[in-house]
Amino acid sequence: MNWDVLVPLLLFLVTIFLIGIWSNKKLKQSKSFLSDYFVGSRELGGLVLAMTMVATYGSASSFLGGPGAAYDIGLGWVLLAMTQVATGYFVLLILGKKFAIMTRRYNAVTLTDFLKGRYESKTVVILAAISIILFLFSAMAAQWIGGAYLIQSITGLSYIGALFIFAVAVLIYVVIGGFRAVSITDTLQGVVMFFGTLLLLIGVIVAGGGIEQIMNDLTTENPNLVTPYGPDGNLSALYVSSFWILVGVGVIGLPQVAVRAMSYKDSRSMHRALIIGTIVVGFIMLNMHLIGVFARPVLPGIDVPDQVIPLIALEVLPGWLAGIVLAAPLAAIMSTVDSLLLLVSSSVVKDVYINYIKPTATRRHVEKVSFSVTAVIGIIVFLLAIQPPDFIIFLNLFAFGGLEAAFIWPVVLGLYWQDGNKYGAIASMVTGIVSYIGIHFYNEAFGNLLGVHTVTLPVFFSLIVFVVMSLLFKRKVELGT
Amino acid sequence: MNKDWRFRISHREALMGVVLALINFLWWYGFAYGLGQKAPEDYTYIFGFPAWFFWSCIIGFLVMVSLVILTVKFLLTDLPLDDREEEHSE
Repeated sequence: MNWDVLVPLLLFLVTIFLIGIWSNKKLKQSKSFLSDYFVGSRELGGLVLAMTMVATYGSASSFLGGPGAAYDIGLGWVLLAMTQVATGYFVLLILGKKFAIMTRRYNAVTLTDFLKGRYESKTVVILAAISIILFLFSAMAAQWIGGAYLIQSITGLSYIGALFIFAVAVLIYVVIGGFRAVSITDTLQGVVMFFGTLLLLIGVIVAGGGIEQIMNDLTTENPNLVTPYGPDGNLSALYVSSFWILVGVGVIGLPQVAVRAMSYKDSRSMHRALIIGTIVVGFIMLNMHLIGVFARPVLPGIDVPDQVIPLIALEVLPGWLAGIVLAAPLAAIMSTVDSLLLLVSSSVVKDVYINYIKPTATRRHVEKVSFSVTAVIGIIVFLLAIQPPDFIIFLNLFAFGGLEAAFIWPVVLGLYWQDGNKYGAIASMVTGIVSYIGIHFYNEAFGNLLGVHTVTLPVFFSLIVFVVMSLLFKRKVELGT
Repeated sequence: MNKDWRFRISHREALMGVVLALINFLWWYGFAYGLGQKAPEDYTYIFGFPAWFFWSCIIGFLVMVSLVILTVKFLLTDLPLDDREEEHSE
């Protein structure tokens, strides 16, 4: 076992636990358990808000799968990854202050709460809760697998052993700390990612003999690697552009991102977060994916894409530095997992249990239910992750795309279009999810429909359905109220 | 419900988000596929990177950061977010 690498990693984990314990103390002092556990009493400042959004979004897909794909595909994949710069400003500006005002007015602590306040419909709430639980479950499984792979490639433990360590670390920490712990460690993790990727990029460039030399080597191997079109020229401009919807603008529809857009303290925090978020997300994405491309001439012949980052770090950096740098993807994965876990459990506890099963629950009772639901969900995901599929990024994108298709219009049009109503919202969510799953399987069998990413068409379908159904039932809603 | 004075401002700011994303997309797409469609042998290189990549991904990122900073400094408005605060202020 490589102690040089392990010591910084362990220190990192310990720091994170300390933050969890500190947050738990604050939680005990707060007036409302639910609001503190799930949105940190809406006290996030600019830096924390920006970092927690970046860290939640920058998950295993961008830290292991993404650079792995860049290793195989070349600069074309970096181009694709740079569509994510938009998430740095788009989500906060579009949901914006109106979302912050409305969620305060509704006293909402989850995305589902917001939809409940806006549409006043039981069906909308149940649909939202079910899709969050269903889709985020698969996203979480993907992240856990990524975390376990990472620990496995650093420590040499068996996959199940690594998975177990990862699961225990995440669970203890989320269960005791809640949202405040999650967002503060996200900040720490964001900082680690920022400098970690920079160090690793420099290490790879030095090992490869400079950027010019690396580009030369890539061109010698296959000139297509330095074009936007992928190694065999098949990566079309249209397909890459359709990722703007998946990882650029559609991110608004992700509940784990939206919940952060309701948790900032004041508009000044939001302004600062816009700037910091854009810089940090662009910087990390650019570095991380360039590392993947540059790793190819330095360390040729890696078969499992998810192992590119750990292997290259161990190759080009001294052990202790590799340990610090590898804390970055581990940080990314943990921070995504902990926010997903929290979100799924908030969905079960707040949206289903308190809304429909036991509205009169006392604080102590809610506390107990929240902690145990969070723990039980974690254990179920652990069991699911024992049999892991190979390519993390696609499992992960499946879940994110489905959620985006379901939520983007009920949220955005719910905010900005007065005539949007529950009929439109219900139809739009159903259409989004059903057509997403349908097109997903079509694309798997026959290649991409119209040459675009799976999420593109469902997002358009759900928009049309939302508008048509809302207008169709407009009279009925007006008569009813 | 939509009479709230804060909503006019937030609607305008949401539009700014759309405009920023459009600029971002055009810059990104224009340089990547405008300069990148040549045969790789004809590529020019800047700081070791192919020109299409340098302009689209590296300069494009810096341009977006500057635009976001300018937007925040000059176009966004400070608003109270709680309903109660709002009643107290003018």
